[in-house]
Amino acid sequence: MTANAVVQFLVFLVLLIGLALPLGAYMARVYNGEARMAQRLLSPIEHLFYRIACIRSDEEMPWTKYAANVVVFNVLGAFVVYLLQRTQAALPLNPAHLPNVPPEVSFNTAVSFATNTNWQTYSGETTMSYFTQMLGLGVQNFVSAATGMAVLIAFVRGLVRRRAESLGSFWVDLTRSTLYILLPLSFALAILLVSQGVVQTFSGSATAERLSPTMSNGHGVIEQVLALGPAASQIAIKQLGTNGGGFFNANSAHPFENPTPISNLLQLISILLIPTALCFTFGSMVRDRREGRAILSAMLVVFIPLLVATTVFEQRGNPILRGAGVDDVASAISSGGNMEGKEVRFGITSSALWAVATTAASNGSVNAMHDSFTPLGGLVPMWLIQLGEIIFGGVGSGLYGMLIYAIIAVFIAGLMVGRTPEYLGKKIEAYEIKMASLVILLPAAAVLIGTAVACLVPAGSAPIGNPGSHGFSEILYAFSSGANNNGSAFGGLTASGTFYATAIGLCMWIGRYWVIVPVLAIAGSLARKKVVPVGAGTFPTHTPLFVGLLVGTIALVGALTFIPALALGPIVEHLQLLAR
Amino acid sequence: MSHSDDSPMDNVIPEHEVPDRSRDLERHRPLFDRRIVRSAIVDAFKKLHPRRMVKNPVMFVVEIGSAFTTLLFFHAVVTGRGDAHPAFIFAVTVSLWFTVLFANFAEAMAEGRGKAQADTLRKARQDVIARRLRRGLAHNISLGPSLLDPECRDAELEEVVSSSLREDDIVYVAAGELIPADGEVLEGIASVDESAITGESAPVIRESGGDRSAVTGGTRVLSDWLIVRVTTNPGETFLDRMIAMVEGAKRKKTPNEIALDILLAALTSVFLLATVTLFPFSKFAATASGHGTAVPLTILVALLVCLIPTTIGGLLSAIGIAGMDRMIRANVVATSGRAVEAAGDVDVLLLDKTGTITLGNRQATAFLPARGVRESELADAAQLSSLADETPEGRSIVVLAKNRHGLRGRDMESLGAVFVPFTAQTRMSGVDLPGRKVRKGATDAIVRFVTESGGTFPVEVKATVEDVAKQGATPLVVADGRRVLGVVQLKDIVKGGIMERFAEMRRIGIKTVMITGDNPLTAAAIAAEAGVDDFLAEATPEAKLSMIRDYQQKGHLVAMTGDGTNDAPALAQADVAVAMNSGTQAAKEAGNMVDLDSNPTKLLSIVEIGKQMLMTRGALTTFSIANDIAKYFAIIPAAFVATYPELGALNIMGLHSPTTAVLSAVIFNAFIIIGLIPLALRGIRYRPAPAPALLRRNILVYGLGGVLLPFPCIKVIDLALTTLGVS
Amino acid sequence: MQFILSTLRPAASLLMLFTGLTGVVYPLAVTGVAQALFPAQANGSLIEKDGKVLGSRLIGQPFDDVRSFFGRPSATSPAPYNASASAGSNLGPTNPVLAAAVRERIAALRSVDPSEAAVPVPVDLVTASGSGLDPHISPAAALYQVHRVAKARDLAEEDVRALVLEHVEERALGLFGEPRVNVLLLNRALDEVARRSASE
Repeated sequence: MTANAVVQFLVFLVLLIGLALPLGAYMARVYNGEARMAQRLLSPIEHLFYRIACIRSDEEMPWTKYAANVVVFNVLGAFVVYLLQRTQAALPLNPAHLPNVPPEVSFNTAVSFATNTNWQTYSGETTMSYFTQMLGLGVQNFVSAATGMAVLIAFVRGLVRRRAESLGSFWVDLTRSTLYILLPLSFALAILLVSQGVVQTFSGSATAERLSPTMSNGHGVIEQVLALGPAASQIAIKQLGTNGGGFFNANSAHPFENPTPISNLLQLISILLIPTALCFTFGSMVRDRREGRAILSAMLVVFIPLLVATTVFEQRGNPILRGAGVDDVASAISSGGNMEGKEVRFGITSSALWAVATTAASNGSVNAMHDSFTPLGGLVPMWLIQLGEIIFGGVGSGLYGMLIYAIIAVFIAGLMVGRTPEYLGKKIEAYEIKMASLVILLPAAAVLIGTAVACLVPAGSAPIGNPGSHGFSEILYAFSSGANNNGSAFGGLTASGTFYATAIGLCMWIGRYWVIVPVLAIAGSLARKKVVPVGAGTFPTHTPLFVGLLVGTIALVGALTFIPALALGPIVEHLQLLAR
Repeated sequence: MSHSDDSPMDNVIPEHEVPDRSRDLERHRPLFDRRIVRSAIVDAFKKLHPRRMVKNPVMFVVEIGSAFTTLLFFHAVVTGRGDAHPAFIFAVTVSLWFTVLFANFAEAMAEGRGKAQADTLRKARQDVIARRLRRGLAHNISLGPSLLDPECRDAELEEVVSSSLREDDIVYVAAGELIPADGEVLEGIASVDESAITGESAPVIRESGGDRSAVTGGTRVLSDWLIVRVTTNPGETFLDRMIAMVEGAKRKKTPNEIALDILLAALTSVFLLATVTLFPFSKFAATASGHGTAVPLTILVALLVCLIPTTIGGLLSAIGIAGMDRMIRANVVATSGRAVEAAGDVDVLLLDKTGTITLGNRQATAFLPARGVRESELADAAQLSSLADETPEGRSIVVLAKNRHGLRGRDMESLGAVFVPFTAQTRMSGVDLPGRKVRKGATDAIVRFVTESGGTFPVEVKATVEDVAKQGATPLVVADGRRVLGVVQLKDIVKGGIMERFAEMRRIGIKTVMITGDNPLTAAAIAAEAGVDDFLAEATPEAKLSMIRDYQQKGHLVAMTGDGTNDAPALAQADVAVAMNSGTQAAKEAGNMVDLDSNPTKLLSIVEIGKQMLMTRGALTTFSIANDIAKYFAIIPAAFVATYPELGALNIMGLHSPTTAVLSAVIFNAFIIIGLIPLALRGIRYRPAPAPALLRRNILVYGLGGVLLPFPCIKVIDLALTTLGVS
Repeated sequence: MQFILSTLRPAASLLMLFTGLTGVVYPLAVTGVAQALFPAQANGSLIEKDGKVLGSRLIGQPFDDVRSFFGRPSATSPAPYNASASAGSNLGPTNPVLAAAVRERIAALRSVDPSEAAVPVPVDLVTASGSGLDPHISPAAALYQVHRVAKARDLAEEDVRALVLEHVEERALGLFGEPRVNVLLLNRALDEVARRSASE
């Protein structure tokens, strides 16, 4: 790792936490209805929405109703996105005259955006009309993120409330997340991104006469058609809402999506900003900031070593290419390293940081092609996804996933100190463990079973883009990404066929709602409990010891579940690379 | 108990010291008693029945795996081209079956130790001939004098077998006879040998009325006689319940055990997925790499069994049974495993001062007369009021009066005296003589009494009272009618070692609360001397109950001991309620544990046993899962070496061959269960310490140890196999 | 009925309202502000000359004339640097196709400038970018080509080198990103210099 990398990472983390602190405090105020300044500005809109939608702002929902509303709202959203795609040819704002999207791709995309995954089985420039992008995908970028945040807040209420039957109102949490948090932040970010060169226009494309005409397929190519579009507004929310769905196919590697190192930095911070800030919001809502800091520390304890690992492996480069006469040594005038699939303006350091950040968070946008990473450099993003998208994770969903792991860790810790375990004063009993097990088990099962099926059927192995163990990695990555709602890919796999579109679509569905429902069930059960007072026999959950235990639990479960599969993918590929 | 101050000493031989924990817990047979081992081996095979195995999902998976590899073995032998070399399959299969057997053996061992205990108890349950009052007579002879008269007695009694006794039957038990059933003494006083149940050879006194009226079937009357009302039907006796408990017949999984079971089942599912999907993965890999084949099913089953938490899965029920067993060896019978577990969670202990914190018999140490009253006059009145008072305090006053002033006992009847017993409402006792009302009691009670009689309470007596109280002693004010005679000073003696014990409790986060009927001043002094965290002075049963509710409202789990009928509501309310065996039937019904030694200090041991049981589970769970890392390093390279020889780089243990690698892992996995049986039965070492310290230590030992230990062990097994010629 | 009132109605209404707010108002507002504040950037940072669009300073263009600096290999299809279908190669590190492509590119570079045959080639010059539209190469990759370009253009090597160094964009704030050279801008400047020296 270069000195520049070390300083860059440190500055990045300081900036991130420095921005997340005030945002976290602000969000806590928003959810508690105490954000006076913002309310003066936005509450007329908020209450107009409630009036039109017949929502009582003080409604209290039991967990079952909260969960039902989450699912209904999201199914409805997915359905609308599906319809828009299937009929876009007849709809306005389609300057490129794109045809209707095929059904399986429409299904996949609808689920993908509703579940905050933003797995893109299509290529942005050539599949979706602006109308679909804005009214379908763009809207889901907001509301799927807001759904995650709402569920988290409901979960935190479950931890905070005593002997309560309800978790708040989904409609209110959803509206506030969008109106008070996502929308203002996105607007500001979008403008900043435009200043860096991210395009934002409704003209379809620009045609440039090229400086140097070249020959292609016997024809002289003298023009370059530059695809444009309202990209900045979508990119802002794709990063802030950990959606990750790119406006263009190359996602944030595309110079129009991410033109400069500064736009790169802004987007990187945006990817982790809300997940980080929510840790502080959590600490503030449970009235013990140390709890939030402990969770964030656990995330960082996983994040930082994995970031270093990816950077080191990418910087080391590819020995095969080195053997062929490539100079991949880092210097003042070259980033060196494994540059296949990476952009020069980002080099190794910013690409590695992005890859780890986007897979730690369930963002899934890329500024470099993960498929072309070195085996271990690519193992890290894949494993971060497989951990269940809890290291930062999706907005809201990452933290509630992390808290589920905290419950498991507390359970084991409780046993080891000889006491029925409790987290934040709430006793962890059989019901919670049952639901927490589901949360951990279901996505893992979807990943493994999906990959297994793909290995067995020709439709699963035919679309592979790379031979040997790397091909297996592509399949494994695809299902990991889908079932954990990340959305990034080892892009060599052509996932637009019926098999992958359908299978990944199912995995995304399972990974989102089959997790949200048990999470809310736990919240409902915790809300009903009384709070056990803290004593010397209580195991504190804000100490380095607990952070260590939490990290150990996550790493052990993650490692034990996926080591065999990873051994047949990136691990063996790495050993093969060494052997050459 | 009617009045905490006066709570009787239950054992004839009082417990002067806090019982030593090691004695409490380690009074028992050797861990591997030969007879128990022998029957456990047999039981281990019997438990292979799928209907019994299915109750333990982890081990059930192992059994299915074993059966599957057995089939693979026969398939390989018969067809000649099986999944792997038949000898290899055979070796794996044998190891897997042993894994199941070892787990069954662990459970059988734990049960066997319980059974041995039960057998001892059962000996006490032999049918005996009971002499029962004829049923027709029962209603009109409540305690008819005829029964007390040896002449008439025989006519009204019939001899029946003890097992035919029903509730409300009345039996007569003479010296030398076994008490035929659980019951309540209606008449008589006798010394009873309860060693069959408690293991305590010193006889105890049982008498009618009060808190020493309960008798247990199977105990023997040593002297005198008792008339007992039977309180249980056959099969429901205390002994029956106890036997059922130790035999595990009524053992239900505890809430925490259920939660852990779910977690283990989830982990098992995860590993099942991870291994089953390896088959298609490896098939794909073989195609992709162009050599090798899909991984042999035998190796997949071996990997699965190694990964799923068999160590804790195999030992989980043994830990539970052993926990109950440890309770029983501490002479505590819990009515459910739930209660044992709750004991580990308790964070508030309500302890009766008397008998628990202080020696039961508070002694009168001085007569402090009021102005103008001679000491002997005070002593005389005090003695008079105490003659019929059988409480230890009463007796000690009589003794002090005799020693100091040479006052002899007097015949109450000839004086025409009527004894006025103590009640919780009046809070005083005394005698009514013709023209005189002598009373002794708590200050406020005597103030009321004197005022009602038209007198005034002298100020200097009040000062004396406060002086006495400040010293941690109890003032007992004596009055004769409207005249206050003075104060008798009763002194409490705090048990040795109790303070250290409480400090220990504090360190593990348990709050100790002293319950006493004393006035606040006295209570504070004793509380300070004993080192409790809090105290409840002038406690009434109602105050106790509301205190428990209060703590529970705040989320605490409360444990208490009790023996009197009026403790029953509080006992029923407390989360862990230990009734003294000597206590009343009502108290025993209300509690969820019975201490056969009737030693209130036992509560401390009970908490420790509860904690220890949870900790053993937690430690072995962590250990079991941490083990998996090493097993991966053994099996993964072995499984895929044909497809990807490069994976041999993961064979960091340098195991001889794929065959020995897989076998070593499987054998280690089986034998670690056997190796950990003593730990499961005995429980992991418990040291009172704050939660973080305990956790740090256990993570280090069982987490890190669990990661590291298998590496050398598997390597050693591999070397041994290689030496034996396995290749 | 109850379900429809209590769940479906708020769900549908909110979805509709949010579609209006985040799907229409939001992108229009961003476009309005962006077009007002940063029109050049919002429209693609186009390089225009005499009313003709010559390209975007952000989007690379292919150069295969030995007299120009080469950019990075591009994996877009059907032709390289197809700015309406961005794509990376997605070749894995052990994929023989990648190794073969890199060997071929090295051979091509060496064949147009045999004097560099012994020098290892800067990695970014022979590996495809993620977008296929990378406008930049590393300063090392630009300097690697100075000898060839100078010779082909019959310019002093020093002048070309100076031009390259002039075009090096440093890390943002000295920290973020990597030093880089925009190939399109460099080649345009080179053409300018060549034109000027020719007209002199």
